Amino acid sequence: MKATRIFSVILSAVLCTTALTACGGKKNQLIKVGIINNDPNESGYRTANDKDLKATFTKENGFDAEFRYSMKNDVQINDAQKFIQDDVDYLLLSAADMAGWDTVLKDAKKAGVKVILFDRTIDADESLYEASIVSDMDKEGETAVDWLKGQNLPKYEIIHLQGVMGSAAQKGRSGALDKTAGELGWTIVKQQTAEWSAEKAQQIVQSVIDSKTSFNVIYAENDDMAKGAVAALDKANISHGVGKDVIIMGFDCNKWALKELKAGNWNYDGQCNPFQSSYIKDIIDKLEKGEKLAEKRIVMNEKGFDAAQITDEDVETYGIGT
Amino acid sequence: MTEKTVLRKQESWISSILRHQIIIPIAALLLLSLFNLIADPSFFCITLGHNSAGNPVLSGNLITIIDCGSELAILAIGMTLVTAASGGQDISVGAAIAISGSVIIRVLCGTNTRPDTLQAPIIVAFLVACLVAMAFGAFNGALVAFFRIQPMVATLILFTAGRSIAAWINNNELPVISDESFTYFGGYLPGIPIPTPFFIALLCYLITWAVLKFTTLGLYVQSVGINEKTAHLNGLNPVLIKLATYILLGLCVAVCGLIKVSRISTINYSVIAKDIEMDAILAVALGGNSLSGGKFNMSASILGAYVIQFLTTTLYKFNVQSDALSAYKAVVVIVLVVLSAPSVREKLSALVRKLHTSGQTTPAA
Amino acid sequence: MREKSVLEMHGIYKSFPGVKALQNVDFYLREGEIHALMGENGAGKSTLIKVLTGVYGKDAGEIYLKGHSGPVRIHSPQDAQNAGISTVYQEISLCPNLSVAENIFIGRGKGMRVSWKQMNSDAAKLLTSLDIPAKPTQQLASCSIAVQQMVAIARAVDMDCRVLILDEPTSSLDESEVAKLFRLMRQLRERGVGIVFVTHFLDQVYEVCDRITVLRNGQLVGEYEIEALPRVQLVSKMLGKELDDMADIKNNLPVSTEKDSVPVYEAKGLCSTEGIQPFDFEIRRGEVNGFTGLLGSGRSESVRAIFGADRVTSGEVKVNGTPVQIKKPIDAMRHGIAYLAEDRKRDGIVGDLSVRDNIILALQVKNGFFKPFSKAKAIKFAREYIKLLDIKTASVNTPVASLSGGNQQKVILARWLLTHPNYLILDEPTRGIDVGTKVEIQKLVLKLAAEGMSVTFISSETDEMLRTCSRLLVMRDRKLVGELTGDQLTQSHIMNTIAGGEQA
Repeated sequence: MKATRIFSVILSAVLCTTALTACGGKKNQLIKVGIINNDPNESGYRTANDKDLKATFTKENGFDAEFRYSMKNDVQINDAQKFIQDDVDYLLLSAADMAGWDTVLKDAKKAGVKVILFDRTIDADESLYEASIVSDMDKEGETAVDWLKGQNLPKYEIIHLQGVMGSAAQKGRSGALDKTAGELGWTIVKQQTAEWSAEKAQQIVQSVIDSKTSFNVIYAENDDMAKGAVAALDKANISHGVGKDVIIMGFDCNKWALKELKAGNWNYDGQCNPFQSSYIKDIIDKLEKGEKLAEKRIVMNEKGFDAAQITDEDVETYGIGT
Repeated sequence: MTEKTVLRKQESWISSILRHQIIIPIAALLLLSLFNLIADPSFFCITLGHNSAGNPVLSGNLITIIDCGSELAILAIGMTLVTAASGGQDISVGAAIAISGSVIIRVLCGTNTRPDTLQAPIIVAFLVACLVAMAFGAFNGALVAFFRIQPMVATLILFTAGRSIAAWINNNELPVISDESFTYFGGYLPGIPIPTPFFIALLCYLITWAVLKFTTLGLYVQSVGINEKTAHLNGLNPVLIKLATYILLGLCVAVCGLIKVSRISTINYSVIAKDIEMDAILAVALGGNSLSGGKFNMSASILGAYVIQFLTTTLYKFNVQSDALSAYKAVVVIVLVVLSAPSVREKLSALVRKLHTSGQTTPAA
Repeated sequence: MREKSVLEMHGIYKSFPGVKALQNVDFYLREGEIHALMGENGAGKSTLIKVLTGVYGKDAGEIYLKGHSGPVRIHSPQDAQNAGISTVYQEISLCPNLSVAENIFIGRGKGMRVSWKQMNSDAAKLLTSLDIPAKPTQQLASCSIAVQQMVAIARAVDMDCRVLILDEPTSSLDESEVAKLFRLMRQLRERGVGIVFVTHFLDQVYEVCDRITVLRNGQLVGEYEIEALPRVQLVSKMLGKELDDMADIKNNLPVSTEKDSVPVYEAKGLCSTEGIQPFDFEIRRGEVNGFTGLLGSGRSESVRAIFGADRVTSGEVKVNGTPVQIKKPIDAMRHGIAYLAEDRKRDGIVGDLSVRDNIILALQVKNGFFKPFSKAKAIKFAREYIKLLDIKTASVNTPVASLSGGNQQKVILARWLLTHPNYLILDEPTRGIDVGTKVEIQKLVLKLAAEGMSVTFISSETDEMLRTCSRLLVMRDRKLVGELTGDQLTQSHIMNTIAGGEQA
């Protein structure tokens, strides 16, 4: 253990110096970046993420970036090998699976390619990558639940619409609510997964309405499900939003959702930040200058928006999509 | 002799009732109703209220069932025909709904993702979606009919690619339509307290009924499904007929797409109509139709679709985790498929006969 | 056991519900001979083979094999294989995606050891010794059908088989491939293998066989040395008509061949994808004619070409003197032609549909997609023909599959009569149905002809054809070889023409 750690320190030191010298060699040249991401068609989040990366890693900003997309680990590993052969300076990676990356990252290291993980982390030794930029789903959930706690409702009767069970987002967002509800004695009248789907959410909320159970909060783990829930409420003429009967909470900060928030139809939307490129660029800038990073794991700053405080500027800045 | 004929008569009476295929969904429906009646009679309660737009609306579990089961019922119409003619199922309908829904949204929004006014009449958007969905249906049908690929394998292509195509149609964006009239199709028409999807399903059923009555589609489809060679020798073109059923299914898909996107005025191509293909196939099976093709009963399939929704709503009501829903459905499928297997049927009828004969002969012995 | 016998079957009985498939059949196979097993369809050839190979159990009788004391028990194909009996079927039952060597050795690896090198070299030896033009490592699917068949035989031979059964091996081979196969068969004969050869090509029997066993209606007709049984005799034995008692059946048909009139249907150089030689054909109003020939002679393929049931590749067709195109069945139906197919189950009934739907099907299709018959009308049609043809069915709604064979046939006949054809083709309408119904159908044919319908009638039973047809077209080996009318319509003439060859 100790030996490897010492070794890795030495190695990173060596790498840093080589990077420095390399840097000096090609001062005015573009920085070659290979980016491996999941398919942008996967979700609106991913589309925004991809657009953000494309907007940052441009020729104008001094980058020569190439993109590869796949939702399959083996294809991604293949792409990574190719990037290493192409002699890229940085390999940016959002891995499909946690496992299986050791070998290729070791190859990268040997070839002097610096690896930065974004959005998703992997099961590999920390020494194999420079940094890992992640969303803290637990924190997202905590921020939201803290906001809900702050509403000081006389009673809490919550419909909890979960995402696909077992996904990182679901675990983090459900965990926070479960914990606080248990501590403070909130009633969860319904807890069911709508698998991120608006229609399923609509049906679930409909079934609660049909069974005449009272509720005053809908905690949906993404914007789509919140939208489905609202459709069911509208049908039953149950008012929702700021100062109304039912509090609506969503996640992901789609632009359309933030507009609902701005209009007062919803109450809260938690951010899951897809705009990671600025963080990545910061890291690359630092590394190019030869600086050291304080932390390998970099948690992005993620906000929660309250309908009462959100501004048009927020909608434009933080809203995903158009 | 006389005893034997009596016996045979009894047997045929029982078996003719058991053989009538609509008995299967009806029995399932009764069973579910009975369960709900015992567990919580308020399940059947229907109340009249107003929605946020001020329209009168009925609400209650039964209304939810006829509302949410409608897409499935419409889909079951096409799936029944496809199953009967080609002896296989189209598993790409969910993806195809995503495509046709995206097309509708795309046409309505034009280049703007959040238009204040519709860029095209809804009917135009719907007709374009129909054409697109029928084209994809024709693609599936051509693979099955011309190239004789197994339907499930052939439709696997679109099943895999469909949602990406849907995403591409809207440039990966999530457009939202704010026009009030667009919500009618998945919601309520002003002044009418019963959900529109039910009327659309009813209309589809009536059209199908009329088509089956005023054309020879039913006879042709069944003939092709039962004995393709004979159908050919009787002047039919099996290839064309199979193709036609897939195109008709495409039409059903477009209608479902309209309802689905109208429900929430937007589309999420990755989750819309997810797993609906399995429910549609289950509806056909629950209707007592053989999944290997041949004879079909349209009413039984449609009833089967509503039974599935009945099951879903019941499970929601009793707080069954919705990721466990598919497990319950899987149990239903297993039971149905096993029961409809010829060898099992043979054994069952042998068992019935045995029970009868033993019941008759014991006194003699 | 007899001397030199490698296989003996004594007094074999086998019955299926309603059918006595084999009754007291004896069969003797010598070492080193090629023995033809002959008989028309339903004679019991395939049942006998299936009993021998353990596919069916026998009801009574004994099977002896050389080297076994006492009768052997064969309960499964595996037993048969272990006893040295191998079968090569018409449809090749090998795995096309495996290599030749794998196909030869698959499923019989002793223990789990498989050395590819060893296997391939063994296969190579075997293939060279049998002169089979295939490489051990070649994928089977890349070989011609004939070579695939030979590989199947090689597999059988390598299993130390002493009895080799070849069930219609030549039906999908061309002449040069047949020659290759025969060379292999003769080679095996030299090695002392007893070969049972099932075929319906008479020429091939006389080319390669040593002895012949003839079955008819599940009974043994006899066992003959090939030299002692001229072709015409063989045909008469297969058909069950001794030449002696072929007192000509008087042909008292109404003479309806209006020679000068325009033929109802006329074809020149008609040919389809099913491998028949182009032929000319015509039929006039009120005429009943027939295609005769042994099974596989191409008689069915000919009428299928007339109806457009197979893909027609060439030929000029005129209906009532007007040139027309008949490319598919609906074309033929529109020109007033109806065709009752040979295989009732496969090409005739729509099993799960009701008697009513089965009866109206053809007329409905002819009538068009947008003009369905009302239920009442359909029932009326169905009732009318159920009465006319005396179809025994519980109701018009009974699934046709639950009717007896004869009644199924009548339902299909009703279907075509309902279309009121000018020209009706009946391919084996009387096969597998009871005698009473047979006579009814023959009478009906004559009645329809008297009313002006033209009918082509095909039957394996020559006397049926003699009773109904005024003109017979004789086919042999997929070629039209003769046309018999008037005085020529006798059993002996027909048999001579069917047999062809030196005895004609």
